[in-house]
Amino acid sequence: MKTFLSELRTALLLTAVFAVLLCGVYPLAVWAGGQALFPARANGSLLTDADGTVRGSALLGQSFTSDKYFNSRASAAGSGYDATSSSGTNFGPTSQKLADAIKANVAAYRTSNHLAPDAPVPADAVTASASGLDPHISLANAHLQAPRVAQTRHLPLATVTALITTYTDDRDLHIFGEPGVNALLLNRALDQIRL
Amino acid sequence: MNNPNAWFQFALFVGALLLITKPLGLYLVRVLDAQGRTFLDRLVKPIERLTYRVCGIDPSKEQSWLGYTVALLVFSLVSLLFTYFILRYQDHLPLNPQGFPGLSPALAFNTAASFTTNTNWQSYSGESTMSYFSQMVALTIHNFMSAACGIAIAAALVRGIARHYAKTIGNFWVDTVRVTYYLLAPLCLVFALFLVSQGIIQNFQPYTTAHTLEGATQTIAQGPVASQVAIKMLGTNGGGFFNANAAHPFENPTPLSNFIQMLSIFAIPSALTWWLGRTLKNQRHGWAVWSAMAVMFVVGVLVCWKAEVSGNPIHQHLGVADGNMEGKEVRFGVFNSALFATITTDASCGAVNAMHDSFTPLGGLVPLFNIETGEVIFGGVGAGLYGMLIFVILAVFIAGLMVGRTPEYAGKKIEAYDIKLVMLVLMVLAATILGLTAWASVAKWGTDGLNNAGPHGFSEMLYAFSSAVGNNGSAFAGLTANPSNGDPHWNATLGIAMLIGRFLMIVPILALAGNFAGKRLVPASAGTFRTKGFTFVLLLIGTVVLVGALTFLPGLAMGPIVEHFLMGASTLF
Repeated sequence: MKTFLSELRTALLLTAVFAVLLCGVYPLAVWAGGQALFPARANGSLLTDADGTVRGSALLGQSFTSDKYFNSRASAAGSGYDATSSSGTNFGPTSQKLADAIKANVAAYRTSNHLAPDAPVPADAVTASASGLDPHISLANAHLQAPRVAQTRHLPLATVTALITTYTDDRDLHIFGEPGVNALLLNRALDQIRL
Repeated sequence: MNNPNAWFQFALFVGALLLITKPLGLYLVRVLDAQGRTFLDRLVKPIERLTYRVCGIDPSKEQSWLGYTVALLVFSLVSLLFTYFILRYQDHLPLNPQGFPGLSPALAFNTAASFTTNTNWQSYSGESTMSYFSQMVALTIHNFMSAACGIAIAAALVRGIARHYAKTIGNFWVDTVRVTYYLLAPLCLVFALFLVSQGIIQNFQPYTTAHTLEGATQTIAQGPVASQVAIKMLGTNGGGFFNANAAHPFENPTPLSNFIQMLSIFAIPSALTWWLGRTLKNQRHGWAVWSAMAVMFVVGVLVCWKAEVSGNPIHQHLGVADGNMEGKEVRFGVFNSALFATITTDASCGAVNAMHDSFTPLGGLVPLFNIETGEVIFGGVGAGLYGMLIFVILAVFIAGLMVGRTPEYAGKKIEAYDIKLVMLVLMVLAATILGLTAWASVAKWGTDGLNNAGPHGFSEMLYAFSSAVGNNGSAFAGLTANPSNGDPHWNATLGIAMLIGRFLMIVPILALAGNFAGKRLVPASAGTFRTKGFTFVLLLIGTVVLVGALTFLPGLAMGPIVEHFLMGASTLF
């Protein structure tokens, strides 16, 4: 019993010491270092207009459904790209709901981009991402949407495809991950074109 | 799989893991020796000494296995209550800019059990439930502590095996403090800053309101994320700051952060195998254990990758061109999602960068089976090694039976008492997983939580209890364990499953450590089974796979395997 009580005392005190060091000093040190070295990134890589309005984060996708924008992927985060409730659909491979959603997405994608009724559609274009906040679309997806965006905006196709290249995130160090086009940055650049 | 770049990334990963194993193992030798000297001594030694003085720890005094166990249990209980009460009353505590209310008793119990046991199952959605204080204090403390405890237990077991005629197996407090101060905290500090450089946030601001290009508003969750993500990966905890975990761009913004996060899951478990070889003075044994783990890891990745890249024939029939991208992020693609899923379930991490629930049946079977082998493929920090040593002892025992000799491991005779403890561990865990899954399958509270029907729904339940007992924490996340009607069944059963999975494993293992420590050494003879080389690696793999398969094949057949055939027949639920 005596050892038990002394162990209990040690446990209580060590919990307190750990709380101060690991839950106080450590996160504050990372906070101080992060704010000093990478302030923009530590605060969410926010995109701000000249007048100070926050337009979003370069890392988080937004819902784009209009023809003049490159459309983003389907999202199960809240009612779509809700950055306070990240989530995937979590529908399994034999889910009727998922098959129905994909069927509808494929049809809509073919129609809006004037594709043949049996044209294969890039997988990312008709599926929901894991976070519901995926900022990227695949290169194939972007290039299939480019003619529609160019036509809606009355821009030369070459201007639009050049922008796709500008806002393509290559593999990190040309090795890691997969290339993708940041749809938010691309659409923002399109909005900023002055004719 | 005709993506040369993916193969290159895979080779880089295995190569990098191999490269860090020995240096980190050498460092562990110093950390896990109470008198060991490290290059951090000038900085950390005064803090270590002060901690011992404040807490009344005598670093020169070692404990018996029972003393070690009592200390561990008391520490776990105290910290579990610490977390429980913070979560319950977070509305009265600081750093709650969004004004989140306190958690319900069932959810607070589930979460406290989850983080104490290194499971980090998340019944809640972080960004809409937890205050910054809860994340930073109540949860982060366990990310460090449960990881340090895991490594301490592995150290105690290996010491017990290495010693002879000994009554003690180390000092729990010293092990925990040294692992935290010399290994986890310094690594995390550097790692967290790297993560911020990649775009992971670290601030205490209220959520930001953005005006999107299409004219809607988007509220952007903020918080001290980087400091938590670093220890979440390195300590194989896996509890995410956000609901989407490492798929969320603020938790895993770039493929580079993804690669380093994956490497950090395996770093310490891999180094521990080197430390094992060094401590048992049989370095080739350490590498043999490493090799068995590596082989099972590579096979798992290949199966999962193949299944995902082949995609879903039902969706392909509807016009989808490529592999399975449902529940995956573009920047990671199919390969890095399959790789991450395999790593996080080989280890007891449980972080996810893609939704396992939306994997193809066989792609989802790999993470599920990984967990059911007991997470011994590198495994959790410490937990992977002590889990694997259970299988090593079993493998040596089986080899002994085959040739008709008394089995020996590391110069110790393995006796009936040892095998009873080994079997106790294996059977308690399997019985808990299967028993609770069976109960949930026939109960209304069980099926009410499902997001999918048919065999996939069964898989969701089997995965949940496997993950809880295995202290993994990943999920077929469609399952709702914290329903809005307040039914506490899922939270409670999962919480209990996690406690069983952690503590009914640890206590027999420490008993085993104590029993081994007291044995005498028998010199190796010509008939001694050699625990190194090709034969041993094969036998060890066979033991792990057979025990897992024999126990769980019927369950897997009713879940992912039958679903695979139904998918081929275009059956929908």
